[in-house]
Amino acid sequence: MSAVPISWYLLLSAILFGIGAIGALTRRNGIAIFLSVELMLNAANLTLVAYARQLGSHTGQVIVFFVMAVAAAEAAVGLALFIAVFRQRHTIDVNRMNLMRW
Amino acid sequence: MLQLLWLIPILPFLGATINGVLGKKLPKPVVTAVALGAPFLSLLLALGCLWEFAHGSEESFELTKYMWTTGDLSIPVAFLLDHLSAVMLFIITFVGFLIHVYSVGYMAHEEGYRRYFAYLNLFMCAMLLLVLGNNYLVMFVGWEGVGLCSYLLIGFYYDQPFPPYAGKKAFIVNRIGDFAFLVGMFALFAHFGSLTYHDVLPKIAANPALVTIPYVGSFSLASFIALCFFIGAMGKSAQIPLYVWLPDAMAGPTPVSALIHAATMVTAGVYMVVRSNVIYQLAPGVSLFVAIIGALTAIFAASIGIAQTDIKKVLAYSTVSQLGYMFLAAGLGAYSAALFHVMTHAFFKALLFLGSGSVIHAMSGDQDMDHMGGLKKWMPSTRLTYLIGAAAIAGVPLLSGFFSKDEILHSAAASGHWLLWLVGLITAGMTAFYMFRSYFLTFEGEFRGTHEQEHHLHESPPSMVVPLWILAIGAIFAGYVGIPKMFSAGRDLNWFHHWLEPVIAVPQGLEAGEHNVGPGLEWALLLITVAIAFAGIFLAWANYGGDKGLARGNAWAARVPVLHRLLLNKWYVDEIYDRLIVRPLAALSRFFWKAVDTFVIDGAINAGAFLTELTGDVGRFTTTGNVRNYALYFFLGVILLFWWVAFG
Repeated sequence: MSAVPISWYLLLSAILFGIGAIGALTRRNGIAIFLSVELMLNAANLTLVAYARQLGSHTGQVIVFFVMAVAAAEAAVGLALFIAVFRQRHTIDVNRMNLMRW
Repeated sequence: MLQLLWLIPILPFLGATINGVLGKKLPKPVVTAVALGAPFLSLLLALGCLWEFAHGSEESFELTKYMWTTGDLSIPVAFLLDHLSAVMLFIITFVGFLIHVYSVGYMAHEEGYRRYFAYLNLFMCAMLLLVLGNNYLVMFVGWEGVGLCSYLLIGFYYDQPFPPYAGKKAFIVNRIGDFAFLVGMFALFAHFGSLTYHDVLPKIAANPALVTIPYVGSFSLASFIALCFFIGAMGKSAQIPLYVWLPDAMAGPTPVSALIHAATMVTAGVYMVVRSNVIYQLAPGVSLFVAIIGALTAIFAASIGIAQTDIKKVLAYSTVSQLGYMFLAAGLGAYSAALFHVMTHAFFKALLFLGSGSVIHAMSGDQDMDHMGGLKKWMPSTRLTYLIGAAAIAGVPLLSGFFSKDEILHSAAASGHWLLWLVGLITAGMTAFYMFRSYFLTFEGEFRGTHEQEHHLHESPPSMVVPLWILAIGAIFAGYVGIPKMFSAGRDLNWFHHWLEPVIAVPQGLEAGEHNVGPGLEWALLLITVAIAFAGIFLAWANYGGDKGLARGNAWAARVPVLHRLLLNKWYVDEIYDRLIVRPLAALSRFFWKAVDTFVIDGAINAGAFLTELTGDVGRFTTTGNVRNYALYFFLGVILLFWWVAFG
């Protein structure tokens, strides 16, 4: 089994993370921001499994399961929040969510 | 009966409480009954106790009601009746009750009738506590209590501008003396762990401790305590330099001046010195200082009294002057003479003040002698009793003041302090002069007031005249308890002297000094004293007697304009104090207020508040409320964190 060099994984992970970060910062649609966050989480997951394989350790893979579980919970809560917001204001544009500003 | 000793101060306290708390709801006769009943019962109890005590064989009777204990401090709240407190007890209850009776007439038309009597009863309580306590702390409680009542009663007419000011002045000046009194008590307690007279006083002689005051010097313990106590007495008993409050205290109602500022409270300092005579005998230097201050006060106040036109001011300075006599005697070790003068003075000065009150009552509140004159036509009883009082204080032979003043001058001569004797002698002449000046200006000559005042003139009601006569009888006869040896052909009739023997040890110096003055010299000195007194009376008659008294007197005063102005303005002492003490103190206070408090302290706090506000004002621009901005901060933070991990 010819090994794909770890640098490729890391490069892919960095690209995915960058796309996610830029998306999270630039999009105004809440769902889109959410998607971007998921992208960043999975970029991190990719790094973890790549290293786990490289180092022959299972720890990284175990952490990935945890991350996926947390991400699922987060998605559930987050989507519920957005639904609640949408019911009130008929939009999920985060720029309009400014009740708490001074 | 003696077991009820504690009731004597408590009864007036109950009277004060009833009138003070419930008085508003009570009808006026009930207020009067309570106000008079309490001191009357006290007087009866006191007479009963004195009777039993005088016929018992013990030298003193003590009654402990309560032990006040906190930590190491244990002070008995106990009452003591011995030969010294017995004299004071009699003066206070007797004169006090008479003045209560007089007040019923004098204050009849006043707004604050019940308030007045509540204060006056409270004063009786405090004063009795002062003399009946068996330790310095109980004395101090009474001491402060009379100070409080004095303040309240001086400022009785609180809707006028001057009386409250005079009250504050009295309170603050007294506080200076009280501070020293406290320091003396602390010194006693620090060395002996007790403040009870019979515990502490015998131990002082054996204590060799030195008290060092930085930059001043070392004193023996006795001298230090004696000095502290005397400074306390200076405040309460109006001696130089703390006498300035007493003349202003005349702003209170006149019976108050008679009771508090003549007969009882101001003699508390003398009582304290006599009570502590053991300490003073161990401190000859301080004793001499006491005598010198007393003599200076006597002549200084008498000189001011000469030129005053306000009848109460004359009496006020006269009181200061007579208190000086008492301290002169006490300082020379003639403690029984000092107390003798306290007693006779209580009678004739209370009489004079009540007489002046009767006059002021008739004059509708006018106190200026320039507006009086010829009042004998309308007020025969007041005039006669005032004349008796004036003669008694002037030292006319066989009246009470003659005996007590002569005993003081005699002890000055006997102890060899001829300069002090001379000062006392001159003061005696001045006393006779200013008292008869006030008598002639008030009662002789023609009436000089307005027509309206003349129409209103009347003799006072019986409730005022009867106390005057009783006090007049006292002013005549009170001296006969202390007849000097020379009058009784060798037999010792000085009953007062013997009465006080158990509490007062005659100092060695004075006993030996008795031999300095032989019988011939003694008679000669007595004649000189009497001659000086009559010279003063004659001078007053020559200048102020007759129909045109005031005009002739003013012409006489105009011959020495500078001196007259000095005396009229009380040697400008109040002005000097104002410049030297009051204003610098006010300036210093203003400095601390404006510079330190407002600028430094408030400034530091305000600067802190301003910085916080500024931080907030700048910082809040970052809190936009926009979620995406927060996300950006978050992201930047993460980058910084990584930067730090990777390269930091």
